[in-house]
Amino acid sequence: MSAVADLPPTVAAAPSRSAFGAAFDKGFEILCFSAATFLLTALGGIVISLAIGGWPAFETFGLNFFISAEWDPVQEIYGAAGAVTGTLVSASLALLFALPLSFGIAIFLVELCPPMLRRTIGTAVELLAGIPSIVYGMWGLFVFAPWFAKHVQMPIMMSVEPGSFWEKITTGVPNGAGILSASIILAIMILPFIAATMRELLLTIPAQVRESAYGLGSTTFEVIRKVSIPYVRTGAIGAVMLGLGRALGETMAVTFIIGNAHGFPTSIFASGSTIASTIANEFAEATERLHSASLIALGLVLFVITFIVLALARLLIGRQANL
Amino acid sequence: MTAIGAPRLSRRIGEGAFLAFCWLATGIALLALAAILWSLLTQGIGGLDLNIFTKSTPAPGSEGGLLNAILGSLMMCVVAMIGAVFIGVLAGTWLSEFARDSHYGKVIRFLNDVLLSAPSILVGLFIYTIIVAPLKGFSGFAGSVALALIAAPVITRTTEDVLRLQPIALREASVALGAPVWSTILTVIWKAAQGGMLTGALLAFARISGETAPLLFTALNNQFLSLDMTKPTANLPVVIFNFALSAYDDWRRLAWAGALLIAATVLTVTVVARILAREQRRS
Repeated sequence: MSAVADLPPTVAAAPSRSAFGAAFDKGFEILCFSAATFLLTALGGIVISLAIGGWPAFETFGLNFFISAEWDPVQEIYGAAGAVTGTLVSASLALLFALPLSFGIAIFLVELCPPMLRRTIGTAVELLAGIPSIVYGMWGLFVFAPWFAKHVQMPIMMSVEPGSFWEKITTGVPNGAGILSASIILAIMILPFIAATMRELLLTIPAQVRESAYGLGSTTFEVIRKVSIPYVRTGAIGAVMLGLGRALGETMAVTFIIGNAHGFPTSIFASGSTIASTIANEFAEATERLHSASLIALGLVLFVITFIVLALARLLIGRQANL
Repeated sequence: MTAIGAPRLSRRIGEGAFLAFCWLATGIALLALAAILWSLLTQGIGGLDLNIFTKSTPAPGSEGGLLNAILGSLMMCVVAMIGAVFIGVLAGTWLSEFARDSHYGKVIRFLNDVLLSAPSILVGLFIYTIIVAPLKGFSGFAGSVALALIAAPVITRTTEDVLRLQPIALREASVALGAPVWSTILTVIWKAAQGGMLTGALLAFARISGETAPLLFTALNNQFLSLDMTKPTANLPVVIFNFALSAYDDWRRLAWAGALLIAATVLTVTVVARILAREQRRS
């Protein structure tokens, strides 16, 4: 407790020498309070404005808006299922790739890294988080996609057995763009966030706990698996959800590389779309009332999904450590 | 292998594989960073000439630069930062100095953390519905408001964090001298925490200067050089987006040059902020 307002009443209420000073105290508190409330209002405003703006879409399509994947601006039929599935699939795949890698990086930085390199490598990983989304998008489309098509997509598509389950989920145009490529780029983008939070969590483990495990003859692997990870479990789940939240709402990078096709994604190499990429692509050109309402309704769906994920993440991390 | 030797070997293998994986994971991250920076340099440096800073975005086929976009981005970011610093510093101060453990304070802190990582495109949609649509026009100011809404939570968070680090004795000493609470905060606590607060502002600036999604339907774009922020305003991220996805080679070259410019700015500001934070911690 070190806030000014927490001072004993005798101190806080001591007569102030300047009358203006005392008079302004309340004013200053109200000013600060308003600023804090403004943030709350902004978040509330986002929900309300999206709900109002998207209402015509919910009204017209009802439940169909959520279960239909048909998105046809010409006939004015809009269903969110395709974009929602694309969002969930690409974010989940991204998490699948980023999870082991970011845990590996966090453990490397805490346990293995030579002290001399620790700061440099730590900063480098942080820089990965600083690169703007649009740069990831350009790099993904012009550098990564051609490489991916030539060295990953083509060999896989050539080698799968025709007619098998594997062929079904790997069909697509071998141009490097698609759900899987988008997931890989997303994975690179969220990896530094998960790694940084995990690293902070690992640093909260008391040295005695780890050292006693080492003292019993455990290997690093065993210490991490049986002592460190269980110790930070709640927070670690929060860190992962934080990464998931980022992946769900990521816009520009995905818009560049996912291929932007409506409907349910059919395979990991096929083009797809996410909620964010659909909005980014179409909103500026949406002149029909129902079209823009449907896009705003999509935004509300995205907001609800990310809010749940981020709120859970914060609750879990907060319970573990004050990060 | 004896019965005793077998688990030992498997432990050693497990350990080796695990350590190798951690090295590999870090290697992959560093490789990705190097690959991205390398592409930016090789593709962007070619287009980076004097024209970039002296001419506006061209029609396809003619010569041009990014002057209007750079200027527009700069104006919008500066206006956004003024608003965001005002809101963020005051809100952070309230959370640290006045709210502490009150229920309302907890709610605000929690929602601010959610706002911190909320999808930026939703902020764009929000500003569109409350500013662009009613005023019937895209504008640089709408873009600034969107960016400010993204930067403010970052500043709130860092401000609260650094203010909380200031010792109670500092507050007590000031109040004991007869200073009112507001001037204690302004002249003593803010002063003591100014380094950390500057770091927060720099990180927020780095974050918004590369943001594209919230500008797509707020600031839109403008082909011409203009200082009028009540009209659609050119900005680097949206120009990069449009030019990169175009079919013209010279537009793509400009997009790469712009991407290099933005990435260099963001990364420099990030590194400066980190160094500042480190200096602060040391002193």
